[in-house]
Amino acid sequence: MRHENIETNVGLLVALTLVVISIGGLIEIVPLFFIDETIEQVKTTDGKDAIRPFTPLESRGRDIYIREGCYLCHSQMIRPFRDEILRYGHYSLAAESQYDHPFQWGSKRTGPDLARVGGKYSNEWHTQHMIAPRSVMPDSIMPNYPWLLENDLKYNDIAGRLKSQRIVGVPYSLTDEEYEANVERFGKEAADRLNIHAAEENLMAQAEQGNYDGDRSRLTEMDALVAYLQVLGTMVDFKQYDEGHFAEFR
Amino acid sequence: MAAGEQYNYDIVRKFSIMALVWGVLGMTAGVYIAAELAFPFMNFDIPELTFGRLRPVHTTLVIFGFGGSALFATSYYIVQRTCQTRLSSASLANFTFWGWQSVIVLGVISYVLGYSQGREYAEFSWPLDLLITVVWVAYLVIYVQTIRHRSQPHIYVANWFFMAFILATAILHVFNNLAVPVGLFSLSSYSAFSGVQDAMTQWWYGHNAVGFFLTAAFLGMMYYFVPKQAGRPVYSYRLSIIHFWALVFLYMWAGAHHLHWTALPDWTSTLAATFSILLLLPSWGGMINGIMTLSGAWDKLRSDPVMMFLITALSFYGMSTFEGPLMALKSVNALSHYTDWTIGHVHSGALGWVAMVSFGSMYHLIPRLYDTEMYSKKLMYVHFWLASIGIVLYITAMWVAGIGQGLMLRGFDEYGNLAYSFIETVIFLKQPYIWRTIGGAFFLAGMLVMVYNVFATIRQAKKETAILDAKIAAKLANA
Repeated sequence: MRHENIETNVGLLVALTLVVISIGGLIEIVPLFFIDETIEQVKTTDGKDAIRPFTPLESRGRDIYIREGCYLCHSQMIRPFRDEILRYGHYSLAAESQYDHPFQWGSKRTGPDLARVGGKYSNEWHTQHMIAPRSVMPDSIMPNYPWLLENDLKYNDIAGRLKSQRIVGVPYSLTDEEYEANVERFGKEAADRLNIHAAEENLMAQAEQGNYDGDRSRLTEMDALVAYLQVLGTMVDFKQYDEGHFAEFR
Repeated sequence: MAAGEQYNYDIVRKFSIMALVWGVLGMTAGVYIAAELAFPFMNFDIPELTFGRLRPVHTTLVIFGFGGSALFATSYYIVQRTCQTRLSSASLANFTFWGWQSVIVLGVISYVLGYSQGREYAEFSWPLDLLITVVWVAYLVIYVQTIRHRSQPHIYVANWFFMAFILATAILHVFNNLAVPVGLFSLSSYSAFSGVQDAMTQWWYGHNAVGFFLTAAFLGMMYYFVPKQAGRPVYSYRLSIIHFWALVFLYMWAGAHHLHWTALPDWTSTLAATFSILLLLPSWGGMINGIMTLSGAWDKLRSDPVMMFLITALSFYGMSTFEGPLMALKSVNALSHYTDWTIGHVHSGALGWVAMVSFGSMYHLIPRLYDTEMYSKKLMYVHFWLASIGIVLYITAMWVAGIGQGLMLRGFDEYGNLAYSFIETVIFLKQPYIWRTIGGAFFLAGMLVMVYNVFATIRQAKKETAILDAKIAAKLANA
């Protein structure tokens, strides 16, 4: 075909352009949904799924993480390099972000990676660090977030938020069958926390029990954010697996 | 009949003015957040002013506000001039103007209030995504209809690039923003995909926002304004065909180089690295075609500030499309990823290529839209040098910051322990961050000079028209 035919016919130009620009995306994206090894199966010793969806409180914390644009300075993706493993811990698995809508891998580390920040610092440290980062890390360039401790956490739409996530594939349970399936998959304790009907009670109970912001009398945005940070990277117990076990998937 | 009556210049003027307005605001936001990184007290404990909320404001204003409006303006101008026909629908074109400006205004307000999808360069909440889709379909309809009404058998090469940009942006926007809203009256939503698939989709979008929005479309701009300003035909017709099809094909494969060494499967990131290296060829094909168009008229580089902007833009395009494939190599990326090297690379493209080619095109366009000359050639030179110095300061500071931090983070002491803690690298970044802010301020200062120059040009045009009208009226009265 002579190129002249294309450049004198706008319909042909549009059609050919569409074909040419579609190929790359189709070949790189579509298989990721169908190749099983893309996301590794990570099981606990008793055969349950190690990675569970976020609890209602953690999920609200994640919403706040996105609201404040934390992902613009912090990654959640540890690469398989010696320095990163020494600094942050085991490299990140695909399975660990399988319930992240949207993913929060990030693209820039103005601050350190947070993929395994859970359990590294105390709740008190996180709260203090969030209110005034330079009070615990004098050379930090992070903004202060004092309002997180001042704002009451809004959670009246928590059921709606979990329902939306359920539609996109996160296994929060709405029916009895879904609940039973979750008990089978994640164990009873986790399944109870993924029950949409009990979302509000679960959220309040976790905040009460965890006392993340150090003030039991109030449920603040700090409670949710710290609860979220404290669970990051803690779901897989890497001591259970042989060294190199996960390398097979890469 | 004057060109101003034959063609719809009104819409071009409106978009041109808004490109300048968003340019100033977006670059101001950029300089401000750059300063926040050097001097964190500037966050002032005000949620709306923190880096995390202002960064999408900066990127949205410069990419979609400044870049987008400049593209609407130039593409509407070019499609009319090269097809020698009037824009197919004035009312639809006006709709794209008001629709697009609303998206920018509402987007920026929603970001500072904390409504974000959490996807880089696609932070708009779902109702705004829907509005963008409608505006974009209108844009496509106008563009195709105008080309169909052309009085030339051939569709000029600039329009191929604009067509590809409109089509690709539509596909990218729709698929990357698939999400389920929390409710009809909630701005929150959760993305359709998660984890690996979501990351791949986002960077397929993110990289091609660069590839089509910030590259293909601006090549369309280049293919009209460089030959026009040089007064010479495009260097090679054959090269333009080859590099067009190669560019639009290859770009779509390259996105996963943003995800090297992550939990994305190796096969995907290897494919992306391969295609990123191949991309060097069409990129440089475009640069060569642009720069060589000037052959036989090289003296214009000394005498014509518009040409200086355009050719400098092409040089930066060549430089950043060489740096890009380099950084897409896995071994280089291991060092550069997550650091300011990436930020520097983006800005050598965004300031050096996108903004400079837009400035050159605007300086060509504005006097023609208002039927006059630019108010001051000297101020155009001032702008050129402020911008050039600004870019050099900016990218040099970011090379130092990025490569320096990358090396520090992978440094080990004699016992095999990490040589530096993370915070030590933050301390190291302070100086480069200050220099980056100064570089950005230079660039912004140049932009302000341009705005003044354009403002004075429009004022001068109005005066000239008034004098002309008075003369005609006097003649008529005497007759």
